[in-house]
Amino acid sequence: MALVLRSQKSCTVNPLKMSQPIGGALAFLGIDRCMPMLHGSQGCTAFGLVLFQRHFNEGIPMQTTAMSEVATVMGGLDNIGSAILNIQQRTQPALIGICSTGVTETKGDDVDGYLKNFRAQHPELDSLALVYVSTPDFRGAFQDGWSSACASMVGTLVQGDAWTGAGSRRINVLAGSHLTPADLDEIRDMCAAFGLGATVFPDISGSLDGHVPEEFTPNSLGGTPLEAIAGMGGAELTIALGEQMRPAADALARKTGQAYVLFDRVLGLEATDQLLDCLSRVSGRPVPAKYRRQRSQLVDAMLDAHFFFGGKKIAVGAEPDLLWELGNWVHEMGAVLQTAITTTDSPLLSRIPCAEVLLGDLEDLESGSANCDLLLTHSHGRQASGRLGIPLHRIGIPIFDRLGAAHRGILGYRGAMGLTFDIANLLAGSETENTPASWPLPAESPDACAPAALAE
Amino acid sequence: MLSNKIQDVFSEPGCSKNQGKSEKERKKGCTRALQPGGAAGGCAFDGAKIALQPITDVAHLVHGPIACEGNSWDNRGSRSSGSQLWRTGFTTDITELDVVYGGEKHLFRSIREILEKYDPPAVFVYQTCVPAMVGDDIEAVCKAASQKFGKPVIPVNSPGFVGAKNLGNKLAGEALLDYVIGTEEPEHSTPYDINIIGEYNLSGELWQVKPLLDHLGIRITCCISGDARYHDVAQSHRARAAMMVCSKSMINIARKMEERYSIPFFEGSFYGISDTSESLRQISRLLVGRGAAAELLERTEALIAREEARVWERIGEYTPRLRGKRVLLFTGGVKSWSVVSALQEAGMIVVGTSVKKSTSEDKEKIKEIMGQDAHMIDDMTPREMFSLFRDARADILLSGGRSQFAALKNLMPWVDINQERHHAFNGYEGMVELVRQIDLSLHNPMWQIVRKPAPWDLREVS
Ligand code: SF4
Repeated sequence: MALVLRSQKSCTVNPLKMSQPIGGALAFLGIDRCMPMLHGSQGCTAFGLVLFQRHFNEGIPMQTTAMSEVATVMGGLDNIGSAILNIQQRTQPALIGICSTGVTETKGDDVDGYLKNFRAQHPELDSLALVYVSTPDFRGAFQDGWSSACASMVGTLVQGDAWTGAGSRRINVLAGSHLTPADLDEIRDMCAAFGLGATVFPDISGSLDGHVPEEFTPNSLGGTPLEAIAGMGGAELTIALGEQMRPAADALARKTGQAYVLFDRVLGLEATDQLLDCLSRVSGRPVPAKYRRQRSQLVDAMLDAHFFFGGKKIAVGAEPDLLWELGNWVHEMGAVLQTAITTTDSPLLSRIPCAEVLLGDLEDLESGSANCDLLLTHSHGRQASGRLGIPLHRIGIPIFDRLGAAHRGILGYRGAMGLTFDIANLLAGSETENTPASWPLPAESPDACAPAALAE
Repeated sequence: MLSNKIQDVFSEPGCSKNQGKSEKERKKGCTRALQPGGAAGGCAFDGAKIALQPITDVAHLVHGPIACEGNSWDNRGSRSSGSQLWRTGFTTDITELDVVYGGEKHLFRSIREILEKYDPPAVFVYQTCVPAMVGDDIEAVCKAASQKFGKPVIPVNSPGFVGAKNLGNKLAGEALLDYVIGTEEPEHSTPYDINIIGEYNLSGELWQVKPLLDHLGIRITCCISGDARYHDVAQSHRARAAMMVCSKSMINIARKMEERYSIPFFEGSFYGISDTSESLRQISRLLVGRGAAAELLERTEALIAREEARVWERIGEYTPRLRGKRVLLFTGGVKSWSVVSALQEAGMIVVGTSVKKSTSEDKEKIKEIMGQDAHMIDDMTPREMFSLFRDARADILLSGGRSQFAALKNLMPWVDINQERHHAFNGYEGMVELVRQIDLSLHNPMWQIVRKPAPWDLREVS
């Protein structure tokens, strides 16, 4: 049980945190034919764009309302209207997802009201979906932006009637920002193995999994189709992955009466057992043989790997849901979660198996890791890793100096097995070999036993 | 006042683009009004940070919400031969309380923490949009902090919403002129001291040129701002001559240093072979004009002759492999014609080049080198680039990171020649490296494999 502390520093050094609006934008990127747009100055969008481009190694569609200094003073509502018209004309998306920023929240634009008016004035745009979410930069973090954007989408896009898309038996999978495209593919496969069609929402595995498209497209390509979102009420069950998806799951329940089960963990043997057991009960089918086999493979991996984990001290810097996954998992493998740093509030933080959880930065991580064996955080941990001479396993967003972030996951037996091997190998690689000087006697050993003393 | 500064920067007389403009046009500035829903470029804060962050030993503190620094830190490609402090991300990460009550105290405390923990020779404080809206006076806070702690604390007043990157580059220059340059005296100076202005040492490219200058006995007093140290910048007013690297991003520094400290400068580039030679010549000429021994000119010519022969020979080795290959060159900031000749020398055909940021002289020059029917591309969407690529039947695209997917997703070779690139392309060495990279990319056997359709696709077609 952890004490949750907030950094007392004035100056954040080496940020762990990223801002809400780009968390929101990434959620929008998981919707098919969507154009995410930040309502703010152009620079905020440019930074987000470059960040995702480097993380996913993909071209990223993302727009801006391009607020100038004057517009921020006068109010930038008209910029939203002209941006929508402009985007509609140029790229014809199915959805424009609008996130506010610090700039527009400081002024306090009433975007919802404006959009209502705009709708009334532009009936020709009725088929274009618009979702607005408030994501001020000066509050919360990336994960909160994702969470709010998902809840807003559910609120705006879900309709009463069921989607009859692919197959009749459907479940909804509400996925948190801590999951990678590989994780989403894994959960979809699992559902399919039980004869269940999954509406994964948002689905960055469709849009950001690094495939080579036939044609150039200016909007997101792949991702959850709007019709699938509209019909989420018709599913047999909703599974929410990650505590951050609770607001979206609640919104869905309120709107459609859809029951949900929330899994705050997807990483590890027990977590995967629970997930499969749930799918088995919903579908009324037994767990397929391939998962029974994968389960025993993971068990074997844990047996082989636990030697390397035992007693090792590990420092984790991650957003709350990912920290919850990693912290618990590290603990289950016999390592000690020495330092836990996170970005924003969450009800899970006080239950993390660690003495203290700090809402802080990577300077805090670095100063708390001097005697650690491993760092687990995103690519920005590389400087600390270099200075401390401690290996770093990159996980989370952004990962810009290693390839394949989208294809590495934590979900399911295979996800857990991959991570188990990766980490065990890092720990094995940094084990120090014994030398003749490894086991000195205490310096103040009584001299009475030394040869000189005996000779006397 | 910030707005005065911006006006001042916009009417920069040293800018050749400005010389052709009327008074009224100049007032409007160089930044085209942005269209909401048109693609986004970097903001003025980004530009200021790009320009100053290469100063390696100072703390760069961003006053703003987490967006400005948290989403972007440690992503710039400069290199340092010494301190790594420049890569540390400092930000006030302001909260709602700061928005409501103002963030000046928060900023002041942050400066104190940095000085206590990291003891840098100076702190640079960057203004961003939200605190600018709230009315935080960073100049006043920096002044108070300088006085209280006895260390230079430099305000960089370039909040994102005042304009694009380019304006931010210039506002950064103004901050150096107002608060840093000329504030310290060097222990000694020589008639062989120069400044290089507007070079950021991306991928360490300055070090491809420095050995040439070292060999001639020319000292770089200060490079603004690649691999610079704070004290070098503060003492840079004692250099005898300056080279302003072509991009125009820091013309105001070069011109005002000439005005204030009589340091003559020229516009040059280390990008391309003839440009490198010409720049070396100009440097020597300016230095001789300011008291260096005349024999420097002869030594410079001798070095140029030797190095040019060496570089052409090395590039020539690639000619058999590269002859007839068609290149599309999409450079953005840099003068593309200076690369064209090197590519041609290696036997390649440049089928098109961008002229987005080129002046009309540049365009003339391109016509001269490439012939009348060269594709000149002004600005294009990725979609247009996609099809141009096909139509021009290019074998390889050389461009900045943003357009890489237009090539790669089209299964076409691509070499990164803009800001975030991993390879250094400066000087003679750089051109050899560029040609080598093109060769590596073009002749990678992977292309043949990835272009082959899957066997079942073939079957289904026939
Ligand atoms: S536009 Fe303003 S708020 Fe956005 S990143 Fe640039 S300085 Fe920060």
